[in-house]
Amino acid sequence: MMKKRIVLTFPPELVDQPIIYRLVKDYDLVPNILRAQVTPKEEGKMVLELEGGKEGINKGLKYLEDIKIDVQPLAKDIKLDEQECTSCGACIAVCSPKALSMNKESWKLEFDRDRCLLCGLCVPACPLGVIQVEFE
Amino acid sequence: MPKTFAEINEKIRKGEAVVVTAEEVIDLVREKGEKRVAEEVDVVTTATFGPMCSSGALLNFGHSDPPIKMQKVWLNDVPAYAGLAAVDVYIGATELSETRGMEYGGAQVIEDLISGKKVKLRATSYGTDCYPRKEFESYITLDSINQAILFNPRNAYQNYSVATNSSDRTIYTYMGILLPNFGNANYCNCSQLSPLINDPLYRTIGVGTRIFLGGAQGYIAWEGTQHNPLQKRDEKTKIPVAPAGTLCLIGNLKEMSRDFLRAAIFHKYGITLTVGVGIPIPLLDEEMAHFVSISDEEIYTTILDYSAPKREKPNLGRVSYKELRKGEIEIKKKRVPTAPLSSLYKAREIAQVLKEWIKKGKFFLQEPIQRLPVDEKFKPLDIRR
Repeated sequence: MMKKRIVLTFPPELVDQPIIYRLVKDYDLVPNILRAQVTPKEEGKMVLELEGGKEGINKGLKYLEDIKIDVQPLAKDIKLDEQECTSCGACIAVCSPKALSMNKESWKLEFDRDRCLLCGLCVPACPLGVIQVEFE
Repeated sequence: MPKTFAEINEKIRKGEAVVVTAEEVIDLVREKGEKRVAEEVDVVTTATFGPMCSSGALLNFGHSDPPIKMQKVWLNDVPAYAGLAAVDVYIGATELSETRGMEYGGAQVIEDLISGKKVKLRATSYGTDCYPRKEFESYITLDSINQAILFNPRNAYQNYSVATNSSDRTIYTYMGILLPNFGNANYCNCSQLSPLINDPLYRTIGVGTRIFLGGAQGYIAWEGTQHNPLQKRDEKTKIPVAPAGTLCLIGNLKEMSRDFLRAAIFHKYGITLTVGVGIPIPLLDEEMAHFVSISDEEIYTTILDYSAPKREKPNLGRVSYKELRKGEIEIKKKRVPTAPLSSLYKAREIAQVLKEWIKKGKFFLQEPIQRLPVDEKFKPLDIRR
């Protein structure tokens, strides 16, 4: 038995399908939903922990990719290089838990590690490439 | 009593000029009024630091022996335009590497050069009697080449629209990542500190104005491309409420610093150059004191829906920079979080540096030798047969 944490992005047309059910029934996996934002007819996001046999997990992941769900590994840590950061603010646009925010006095970027859910969306959003991610 | 550029420069020479930033002047005017500020303050420094795609550098490599008339040129595998004299090229910021794609481009070549790094130069040619060589490969640095001129056809937009996304998918744009269903709204202007916002009618900023560019002293070469002075303006402030005037900037790349010139990658969109620009505004009279005192609550911009793949994007209304800077605005009855793309933090640093240069007599004002156009139309491109 093993565990794997992943971030799923669903296209709108897949949001109303019983994907978690298929992971349980067809691949004998135990899914634990850590965070989800799924609304009918909208793009959805889910942070998921899968527990099961190695083969089941690999086949389950292939099933998700085959039906065009974007699967990314969940980050272990997010690192912001404060020396290189120019505090432009492009990263806060995608940070829904507001771990990244602008200080309204100095307009310097602030990173509150306690609020970070490790979704990793800020990494591609940073135009200067100064946010790095470490995977499990 | 109105002041002249020459009088202000004389004060700078004597170390007596009173210089404040475009943010500091707002409180001064609230306290003392426009008339007194026009008399007491000589120069207001404005600045911006943001992604500006229409940027690039003109380089001259010097001649090899035997010489080559470079016809195709690559710098670290990024194509540079060589349709000029034998060893002159223009490397554009947004050009992509032929081997690394969107990971590396012209902006990174420029950043590597100012960082002192070696850059691989590869050139091919058809060969002529006077330029017999057909291939050349070597390494250059900023010191090893002749001229390196930053020449940006369009920088420092006078205002810019807010970008949001009404569709059900994430979209990847030059205005950053836009989340579905109005998930965010991105803006890109230093508003009350921004150069052309503080001189909305181009009274003191024009062709020939000496400026701060990328950490060095540069100049306004011309109006910028897509300069659109006829854009709709706020009746009271005269400030445009959408993208309007632009500037074409020039300066010596060899004197610039990575602190104020940085390559940027907009995910799934492309590469651009983040440029730091600072422009001094002389307080010639009360009208200029009035213009520089206008603050974020009176500076408006337009919200556009970037999910429409069309030239005319749906207009979702107007919003002030005061609202945008609070971090949340309302679009179609929904609370939408906002994010800036230009760095007010860095722009403030630039405005302070320029202020110190002027106070210490290291930077003098240059009166424009020609005004920027005030009645030029911005034309669309339509298919003609």
